[in-house]
Amino acid sequence: MKPAPFTYHRPGDVDEALNLMARFGSDAKPLGGGQSLGPMLNMRLARPGHLVDLNDLLELDYVRDLGDVIEIGGLTRHHRLATAPEVARDLPLLAKAARTIGHYAIRQRGTIGGSLVHADPAAQLPLIAVTLGVDVVLRSVRGERVVPAADFLQSIMTVDLGEDEIVTALRFPRQTADEYSSFDLFSRRHGDFAIVGVALTLRFDAAAAAAVEEMRLGLGGTGPVPQRMHAIEAAAVGNPIDAETAARLAAETAAAINPEENAEVPAAYRRELVETMIRHALLDAAGKRGQK
Amino acid sequence: MTAPVSISLVVNGETHDLTVPPRKLLSDVLRDDLHLTGTHVGCEHGVCGACTILIDGQPSRACLTYAVQMEGHELTTIESVADGETLSPLQQALHEEHGLQCGFCTAGIVMTFEAYLRDNPDPDEAEIRDVLSGNLCRCTGYQNIVTAILKAARVMRQGKRS
Repeated sequence: MKPAPFTYHRPGDVDEALNLMARFGSDAKPLGGGQSLGPMLNMRLARPGHLVDLNDLLELDYVRDLGDVIEIGGLTRHHRLATAPEVARDLPLLAKAARTIGHYAIRQRGTIGGSLVHADPAAQLPLIAVTLGVDVVLRSVRGERVVPAADFLQSIMTVDLGEDEIVTALRFPRQTADEYSSFDLFSRRHGDFAIVGVALTLRFDAAAAAAVEEMRLGLGGTGPVPQRMHAIEAAAVGNPIDAETAARLAAETAAAINPEENAEVPAAYRRELVETMIRHALLDAAGKRGQK
Repeated sequence: MTAPVSISLVVNGETHDLTVPPRKLLSDVLRDDLHLTGTHVGCEHGVCGACTILIDGQPSRACLTYAVQMEGHELTTIESVADGETLSPLQQALHEEHGLQCGFCTAGIVMTFEAYLRDNPDPDEAEIRDVLSGNLCRCTGYQNIVTAILKAARVMRQGKRS
């Protein structure tokens, strides 16, 4: 459980980090909080020759209000996302999800960019990024690229990231004040990897107060990458969210997914979890409406 | 270079000059090079919480950190928590409430909650259990740890008032 030998680099700014990444390419890994890469290195699932430590790049640790967009730097720690009042106000779905990542000590170090790049199929940040339609900002010495999260996440632990690129920021569409969010995970042990994660936002029609105007529904753990359930979202529009509608939409979602069959978590089990969790999420988000 | 490098580490307020290979885990450097063996090593992949120390005052896994990264940062380990023979309120409460048996996990729990109670002086039981989920204990069943943390929080609040 000790990492293989590597050469350590501690760049002082982003340009220096990008130059190192360009120089060492496929033999280099950028090191953020190390809460995913650290275990991979200790278990020797990853054996890069060079580690480029990004922890001194404080210019990548920020939450910036750009009007309709909230931009979050790649090195921003989960603990800040979980506790900052402006994140709770402008991106409540992200704040809720961040509070559930790993454990308290893990959240102090782990970063939003690192979690996204690690791309665990059941992890919180990829799920939130897909559900909210985040744009991922990538930089290298060749320049900057912006890739939608749904395209960035390609498969299990596989992302559209060049050997010389790092994630410098995530751009979140600001959640509106009349939007209700729900987030839930199911895992066997608190803080462990989730079997299923559900992320939901609901906005109701101002004129027909009880009817859904817009819904976003994302599922994690049900496939190689988190999925947006566009057909279910469309089916919800125009309907009030009562127990009957919630049960119907939950059943339709469970029927629409195709989870992996394995001995540890049978597909039928995951499907039933999805159904229950979506029903709860819909009623949870809709229930918050009466409380305002 | 994968060869050993010279670093200086600030641990519990003292500066140490060391030569370590970049791949050497902070937990191993604390134990092997600095002989601070109060920091325990369990799973070595961030799950068990036994190696939790404070980096710049925030709880962190020493097994997911390389000592070479820690130049310019302040490290705090379990050795600094008691004042001589006088236990901290949290350590005292764990002792009084039988919040440990074998003690292997205890240093990590103390470090986690010294920081947590500093930032959250009046937590409820659910919040304590949420944070405690990051530290595995195979002896106690956690009940007495939770009781002890609640008690320590009370004592620390009273200490602040008086």
